[in-house]
Amino acid sequence: MYGVIIALMPALLASFYFFGLGSVIVTTTSVAACCFFEWAICKYILKRQQNTLLDGSAVITGLLLAFNLPSNLPIWIILIGALFAIGVAKFTFGGLGNNIFNPALVGRAALLVAFPAQMTTWPKIGQWDTYLDAETGATPLSIINSAIRTGDASLLEQLPSSFDLFLGSSSGGAGAMGEICSLALLLGLAFMLYNRIITWHIPVSILGTAFVFSGLLHLASPVYPDPISVLLTGGMMLGAIFMATDYVTSPMTPKGQLIYGVAIGFLTVVIRNWGAYPEGMSFAILIMNAFTPLINNYVKPKRFGERG
Amino acid sequence: MKIKTFSMGGIHPAENKLTHEVPTKVAALPKQAIFPLGQHIGAPAKPVVQKGDKVKVGTMIAEAGGFVSAPIFSSVSGTVFKIDTAIDATGYRKPVIIINVEGDEWEESIDRSDKLELVADHPELTPEEIIKRVQNAGVVGMGGACFPTFIKLTPPPTAKAECVIINAVECEPYITADYRLMMEHADEILVGLELLMMGTKVTKGYIGIETNKPAAIELLTEKCHQKFNGSQYQVEVVPLQQRYPQGGEKQLVDAVINRQVPAPPAIPVNVGAIVQNVGTAFAVYEAVMKNKPLFERYTTVTGKKLQNPGNFLVRMGTPMKDLIDACGGMPEGDNKLLAGGPMMGKALTSVEVPICKGTNSVTIISDDEARRKDAQPCIRCAKCVGVCPMGLEPYLLAKLSEVKNWERAESEDITSCIECGSCQYTCPAYRPLLDNIRQGKSTVMGIIRARAAAKK
Repeated sequence: MYGVIIALMPALLASFYFFGLGSVIVTTTSVAACCFFEWAICKYILKRQQNTLLDGSAVITGLLLAFNLPSNLPIWIILIGALFAIGVAKFTFGGLGNNIFNPALVGRAALLVAFPAQMTTWPKIGQWDTYLDAETGATPLSIINSAIRTGDASLLEQLPSSFDLFLGSSSGGAGAMGEICSLALLLGLAFMLYNRIITWHIPVSILGTAFVFSGLLHLASPVYPDPISVLLTGGMMLGAIFMATDYVTSPMTPKGQLIYGVAIGFLTVVIRNWGAYPEGMSFAILIMNAFTPLINNYVKPKRFGERG
Repeated sequence: MKIKTFSMGGIHPAENKLTHEVPTKVAALPKQAIFPLGQHIGAPAKPVVQKGDKVKVGTMIAEAGGFVSAPIFSSVSGTVFKIDTAIDATGYRKPVIIINVEGDEWEESIDRSDKLELVADHPELTPEEIIKRVQNAGVVGMGGACFPTFIKLTPPPTAKAECVIINAVECEPYITADYRLMMEHADEILVGLELLMMGTKVTKGYIGIETNKPAAIELLTEKCHQKFNGSQYQVEVVPLQQRYPQGGEKQLVDAVINRQVPAPPAIPVNVGAIVQNVGTAFAVYEAVMKNKPLFERYTTVTGKKLQNPGNFLVRMGTPMKDLIDACGGMPEGDNKLLAGGPMMGKALTSVEVPICKGTNSVTIISDDEARRKDAQPCIRCAKCVGVCPMGLEPYLLAKLSEVKNWERAESEDITSCIECGSCQYTCPAYRPLLDNIRQGKSTVMGIIRARAAAKK
């Protein structure tokens, strides 16, 4: 657990760097609220002997929830999101290890439905000392979305260069706190792979599928963005590296993980291009979370002696 | 060249081979020797002595109790004190024969000289004769499983033996008994291998040794070269990558000849391999060439806090306490006593438990290492799935055993589990996976046996 927290540090520092005060407040609130709900539900509602506060899972949920939020989100909305993540998504199923859906993503989805206005306006980067009154702007994904919607491929010229997307440093760029800097997220991935916290199967299959599928679309029509931009925008990296790889809600065998990853990559591109929301990552993951028990049931590791 | 190993799963536990370079000592005779009647797989042996009978070293005291069974021989001379029950290595009270030791008088038929007997000097040896002598001497697998050796040497008509593989892997941490045996009795082991190849009518032999025993690899390679070059036998020493549980029979076959034994009831000979432990090869040599039944063995007595851990040639029936005392006594503080190593060994409740045919080690784990950590919830990290050398899903089997869903446990291949403990070792939530799976496996095996019996 603590390994994942370390892996999230580069992205956390990047979010502080790009969003300043707002991101510090949002992250602190989210982590503190998730930990508080974990502790309080364990102690007062479930009355468990062993409190799971210190296992680190609530911290991860808090960080991941914050990474999905705009850095100008009011504290009270964050509290509702944290309660939803820990209380509804995690503890109604029995707490750590028993939840079907990724808690942070459930929190985010609930907020997106309940507060669509606040959850779809994104502050621009580089506003160090602002919080609630930060200036908002268009995210790369909303540019892509309007290009597809209007059928006007020239709108895509407003997209920042791939290099800027990679670093998160495009001037006037905007987005959720944790997804802005692909480099930081990839550092986290490298750390987790090196320490064998996760295997390559899920991130690679998601990113690979999204790349191939959106590449084909791009070849078919220039209205669809180039596949590199698809990988570097929105929650693609954050989702593929940190959200879809959540142990509890992802399949257990390498083969199952590949099926899961391919489906997420595919669904994300479908939702992005033809759905109502500009971003599809979190919904794609939640949908596949629902399929995880089924995948675990049917996709078995190769038994010893079954040489195929 | 890439060093061979098995193809799936596995772990790297700390070696802790404290006694690698400690030469074997002959353990002192016990005052009283205890012989459990069930120290092999199969039917327990039936006593053929009575209270008050005088026995010598090598006297048969119990005969085979069925086809899958083995006779038991006294390791001491003296008087049968009683036929009773005592707690053995399984933790249960089991029937035993207890003998009060008087002197050390051996049966005259046993050749006690150190002279190396070669097959060439014994023209009377035929495959049938070898197998008969092995059976009559009560030889069983010495690696721990204790399956009667003569049965392994007579494969079912549906299978054909192609090679003999000597298991010299000793992948279990702490244990060094096999290593010492190889260093001290390499010639005898090779004659044993030759007898095994003769008995099973094959000409190909392998000796699988992990690379953490370079001296043994070197010694045996050289001796094999001298002995088998130009003969009808091709024997190859195969160095293996260090990886647990390589000493598992199926893993070893996979590593050495790259063939996978299918799920039970298939056994290694179904893919042509007959696997025997180095200790067994030595016992076969002694049984066939020296007419010496199986009543003593090499055993490691070890533990980090033990004053003088060592390797012993010990008469069976000796209580573990005697060996522990010979190593400086039980250390202060909390200790856990294991028959076997830390991975596969069984925790015991008494130091009076005797050394049996399968006791390759007495391991004492002390203080915090002896304590279990509190189990946390399973977060489905799948580490257990990744390390399972049999391609099973330990988290699932443990859960199914917990909720007693035996049908599903059977269909998820719980009977393929080799109980190596890699899953439990690797679980970051300290869940008692193997404990649950073991219980489930034995229940499911019982159900399968009952079903087969009902069909008949």
